[in-house]
Amino acid sequence: MYDSLVFLLAGTLAAATPLLFAAMGEAVVEKSGVLNLSIEGMMAVGAATGFVVATVSGSYVAGFAIAAFASAALSLLFAALVLNFRANQVAAGLAIGILGLGTSVLIGKQYEGKTIIALQDSSFGPLSEIPLIGEILFSHDIMVYVGMIMVVATWWFLSHSKTGLIVRAVGESPQAANAIGYPVILIRYMAIVFGGAMSGIGGAYLTLGYTPLWAEGLVAGRGWIVVALVVFGMWRPLRIALGAYLFGAVSLLELFIQGQGFAIPSQLMSALPYIITIIILAMISRDSRLITLNHPASLGQTFYRDA
Amino acid sequence: MLNYRLVPRTEPSLKAQLLIPLAAVALTLLAGTLLFSLLGKPPLAAFYAFFIEPLTTRYGIGEVLLKAGPLMLIAQGLAIGFRARVWNIGAEGQLLVGAITAGALAIHVDSVDSVWLLPTMVIAGTVAGALWAGIAAWLRTSYNANEILVTFMLSSIALQLLYFLVSGPLRDPMGMSFPQSALFSDAAMFQPLIEGTRVNTSLYLALAASVAAWVFVQRSLPGYKLLVGGQAPQAARYAGFSDKKAVWTGLLIGGAAAGMAGVGEVAGPLGLLQRSISPGYGFAAIIVAFLGGLHPIGIVFAALLMALIYVGGDMSLVSVGLPNSSTQLFQGMLLVFYLACYVFSSHRLQRIDSIATLAHSSEKTITTDPSSSDIEGVR
Repeated sequence: MYDSLVFLLAGTLAAATPLLFAAMGEAVVEKSGVLNLSIEGMMAVGAATGFVVATVSGSYVAGFAIAAFASAALSLLFAALVLNFRANQVAAGLAIGILGLGTSVLIGKQYEGKTIIALQDSSFGPLSEIPLIGEILFSHDIMVYVGMIMVVATWWFLSHSKTGLIVRAVGESPQAANAIGYPVILIRYMAIVFGGAMSGIGGAYLTLGYTPLWAEGLVAGRGWIVVALVVFGMWRPLRIALGAYLFGAVSLLELFIQGQGFAIPSQLMSALPYIITIIILAMISRDSRLITLNHPASLGQTFYRDA
Repeated sequence: MLNYRLVPRTEPSLKAQLLIPLAAVALTLLAGTLLFSLLGKPPLAAFYAFFIEPLTTRYGIGEVLLKAGPLMLIAQGLAIGFRARVWNIGAEGQLLVGAITAGALAIHVDSVDSVWLLPTMVIAGTVAGALWAGIAAWLRTSYNANEILVTFMLSSIALQLLYFLVSGPLRDPMGMSFPQSALFSDAAMFQPLIEGTRVNTSLYLALAASVAAWVFVQRSLPGYKLLVGGQAPQAARYAGFSDKKAVWTGLLIGGAAAGMAGVGEVAGPLGLLQRSISPGYGFAAIIVAFLGGLHPIGIVFAALLMALIYVGGDMSLVSVGLPNSSTQLFQGMLLVFYLACYVFSSHRLQRIDSIATLAHSSEKTITTDPSSSDIEGVR
């Protein structure tokens, strides 16, 4: 029991990491007033690119960097659609998502089903030997900690930096921000590209750290859970992170429960994260005042400078 | 470089609306040719295998019609919701639930020879699809839960439900533990329509749905209310049209159409329940709906084109060895180009020569006859 508990809690941190990266990116994008639903496709591109680059070059740094670059490039296409071509954000997100999924299969075609040595765990010396706490907290690869740092950094950026304030102003009222002289389109471009890069890193962590292999459909709906997490977290990075860790735990519950010998259909366990997402979404959204208070006022709306 | 800027049209241009899908298709073909060359395939041969070869044989045409049916049916349903800005992206799940329900009936009903079996399956599958989408409508209207996320999650749940049923309760006891059901009886199947092909009478359902959608959207008050509710919620509320009703109508109709399409799959080309029922029709239909301009007639053509991409993808996989992701890439590109071109239905490009002419021509924007304004700009 002790071992399974350590396994569950330590595994939670790793399982939540891909979600954390992508969700921090999406939080900034949505705070700027843009709804990007293509996370699933961008994560898939990052996952495939990261895997291929790391396999070919032998460098994890190159894998993560080029994955971030590839997904950012895809998000640039999304940005052009919604910002320059004034496309509906929902439709554009779906379009780029499908394009991303197709591209990821093309990128990873020669590497389908191959494995890679997972990112090595960081060394914390005697800290990792501490019972329970050490085993749970200090037994991970570096990206798990980078993910945590990104949460704090995103929180600080959005609530305490001047640039973060401008991003939020653009999301609340692009017309007003434009009137004061802020370049709304440019700021949204930057937010979207940041979101793309973060999705790419999250995706690459899936293939380089979490499941060290590439297979089609590997992202398995995580991109959509990320969009839901941003709503759960009320667009606040720290709450979003809490949600991500909860979901990490839920996704591991399947292995844990089977390990304990309960006879529950595996399909029910696979559906559980989605069922729980729906229930939490309904519970949180029920208080529409809370949502109205927190959600960026211009979210999902096209900005017309000349209107 | 940037000597042009987008200027809103005073009135949406019909000419542009008709040209946009054609431009999107042309751009997709161009990008596809480029992609083929990058992949080291002879572009013309790949192009031929993808878009022409399927149409050269009776079987190929049959396959295109076979796949156009469910795409058309689902897209007609989704478009009604989309026009009202009700975003049902879980048609794939609603299709699966419709298929499961019809399949369970086909396997378990005793009177397997009755002529009523198939119609009952169609109705049950349609209702089941609508109910599955109804969950999202209920959560949206009572709990304010975002229907985009809920419909997507529900389709993932539906897939797990299918996996569970075909490996357990609905599995063929004589099937050597393959995760599939027993074969349906003849009475539970749509009859072949064209000899030598797999097209069956379920195509009539898609055509009937297209006519019904046209009547609903163009000629009925509920269809009009739905449109207003989505595009101008304030005005709709002022006129006494209900926002909640739009959510319910949009989702129930979309779910019903997808559920019906699910019946068409299991009682058509498949003839049993198995783990894979739809090659992503529910998602591709979203693209079909947009490409068809959310218009019932446009959707008929868009569904045929999308079906050609499906069949072309399969065929070129065999004859030129294109990767199987080409289909998805083409689908994505098509929607991306469509959305990029769509801006020209409500905007046009205007040349910026100098500040003087700019002032002059923006004045002209308001006064020019909208029929004379086109994509090229004023001059």
